[in-house]
Amino acid sequence: MLTVKNLHARIGDREILKGVNLSVNAGEIHAIMGPNGSGKSTLACVLAGREEYEVTDGTVTYDGKDLLEMEPEERAREGLFLAFQYPVEIPGVNNAYLLKAGLNEIRKHRGESELDAMEFMTLVKERMKVLDIDTGLLNRPVNEGFSGGEKKRNEIFQMVVLEPKLAIMDETDSGLDIDALKVVSRGVNTLRSPDRATIVVTHYQRLLNYIVPDFVHVLSDGRIVKSGGKELALELEAKGYGWIDSDTPAQVGA
Amino acid sequence: MPTAQETIEELATQDYKYGFVTDVEEDRIAPGLSEDVVRLISEKKNEPEWLLEWRLKAYRLWVDMTEPEWHNLDISPIDYQNTIYYSAPKKTAKLNSLDEVDPEVRATFDKLGIPLEEQKILSGVAVDAVFDSVSVGTTFKHKLAELGIIFGSFSEAVQEHPDLVRQYLGSVVPASDNFYAALNSAVFSDGSFAYIPKGVRCPMELSTYFRINAAQTGQFERTLLIADEGATVSYLEGCTAPQRDENQLHAAVVELVALDSATIKYSTVQNWYPGDKDGKGGIYNFVTKRGRAMQNAKVTWTQVETGSAITWKYPSCILQGDNSVGEFYSVAVTNNHQQADTGTKMIHLGKNTTSTIVSKGISAGYGQNTYRGQVRIGKNAKNARNYSQCDSLLIGDQCGAHTFPYLEVRNTSSQVEHEASTSKIGEDQIFYCRQRGLSTEDAVNMIVNGFCKEVFRELPMEFAVEAQKLLGVSLEGSVG
Repeated sequence: MLTVKNLHARIGDREILKGVNLSVNAGEIHAIMGPNGSGKSTLACVLAGREEYEVTDGTVTYDGKDLLEMEPEERAREGLFLAFQYPVEIPGVNNAYLLKAGLNEIRKHRGESELDAMEFMTLVKERMKVLDIDTGLLNRPVNEGFSGGEKKRNEIFQMVVLEPKLAIMDETDSGLDIDALKVVSRGVNTLRSPDRATIVVTHYQRLLNYIVPDFVHVLSDGRIVKSGGKELALELEAKGYGWIDSDTPAQVGA
Repeated sequence: MPTAQETIEELATQDYKYGFVTDVEEDRIAPGLSEDVVRLISEKKNEPEWLLEWRLKAYRLWVDMTEPEWHNLDISPIDYQNTIYYSAPKKTAKLNSLDEVDPEVRATFDKLGIPLEEQKILSGVAVDAVFDSVSVGTTFKHKLAELGIIFGSFSEAVQEHPDLVRQYLGSVVPASDNFYAALNSAVFSDGSFAYIPKGVRCPMELSTYFRINAAQTGQFERTLLIADEGATVSYLEGCTAPQRDENQLHAAVVELVALDSATIKYSTVQNWYPGDKDGKGGIYNFVTKRGRAMQNAKVTWTQVETGSAITWKYPSCILQGDNSVGEFYSVAVTNNHQQADTGTKMIHLGKNTTSTIVSKGISAGYGQNTYRGQVRIGKNAKNARNYSQCDSLLIGDQCGAHTFPYLEVRNTSSQVEHEASTSKIGEDQIFYCRQRGLSTEDAVNMIVNGFCKEVFRELPMEFAVEAQKLLGVSLEGSVG
């Protein structure tokens, strides 16, 4: 589904990604872990198409298409979803309205009919029930005045409504309590299917108790320096990221 | 594909769609202003002696006045002797029905989407259309007359209802009020007049559409709206002008009289030609609008100001009667080199009077947007309350937003609240929307629309749609 080859990206003069290789197949959940500043969020942003980042080398193929050639909204319409680390506030814009507009753009792109207000509300209420989210969230302005936990819940709620093919979660777990973590995991597990894939970007192993990954990758200084199964996350938890830095650079250069 | 910044700039620099000129034969007088010109205008309109005297008094006041300079505007000098003070499409003298309106003029209003033909009107809006200096037709006049409602051109009202005009003309905005009001009082050529009798709720929106067509011409219309005790009316005003290189002057006066328990809602979509991208040409819009609210009465101003090179405008309320209510909801957009200095005055005189001010300024390009508001609470205005909110939205980094609130409170039982904010449309917000599948243009529209929401929801339905289109904003769905 997603093939990242030798991806280099920078912001301003600073090179952040220095040759990332990653392959994600449908049905898989990948966790990308790494210390602060290793480039985890940059990777998520580059995949979503943030314009501040300049890709200087490498390729990204998504569903057989050149992802880097696509505008951010085209990527979204093709089923790529980013759960933001810091969801932005948009005063005066109704949360449900933004979501309905987005959903209908995606449906239009797929050649499906647009949902009217009634159909949309039916869908949304059903999804909210699955996640156990308060419907009050719907009629508030996008993220305005939301607590940190509410913002993250809102991201997961949007994800579950938009049903992306590839969901990228950028540190969705940071700052969340156990209850909110459960909402996040319920969201991801609801979408789990042989047709979809999820990339979970996280600093901590904690979330992976709820979302069990098929693969774990360790990103350090702009490269994936170690990959393994879910047990790698536990090993990291026990030994810390220092273990990676001292242990692996030699084999990465190869 | 354009970047977010490019799309914003494109939205901000959309071409003016109403810039065409209509080729009609005009009856116009030579440029310049003098007592003779005032007499000539009055004569052309076959006015009674008292009105000529009223004009002349205003003219003499004006001669000794100077233009106000307290505003935050950069205005190139206006040559008042090089402006034409009267211009009218010929053959307007005896219009008995709409069919007699010059086909060219009618075509113009059709082009602007103003239906003059009654049978075509499904929207239930009665329209008075002012073309340059004269009113060219009023729809639904007869239907309204059955309820005792008078609605038509100001000139007609002078002829047919002189007592009403004489009683209220200048009662809210006296000629001495300011430079532009004095000028208007001397040379006003036409405008709209409406009277809603006691206890009558006007069954349709009343509307005036102003159009400046002739070159070098000033437009000085005067609107007088009287809602008698317990009456209710909603009034809409729209404006456009052709695209010309020179600046054109528009100095209007609007007076609203809301007698006891009456309600007047006055909505404006102002889309005068704003000048080109480099700031050449465009309308100079100097307008005095004020309403007087007697006991338990309510006056509401809503305005969407997207046009004009310069806007100088402060629709205000004198809350004279006890328990009267004043409201002001405004969206003002400046882009390219447009300048706006706009706001309101809420003058609380009666007890338990309340006022609400919601002002949204949007600046793009090199636009300069100033909110200027005054809340004055007199010593007898016990328990008066005011709430003001001024928000500014900046698009790009060359524009400016300024806020000047003046508060004057003379008793201790009153409450005055003021909130202000300034924000920028962020790349972050746009990216967030695009990541959910929206195009950049839709994202900007949605964000601007969200910013203006509190004002848009105060607009009558027909206008809300037009206003949103004007801002390049798509209508929000029915969800939520």
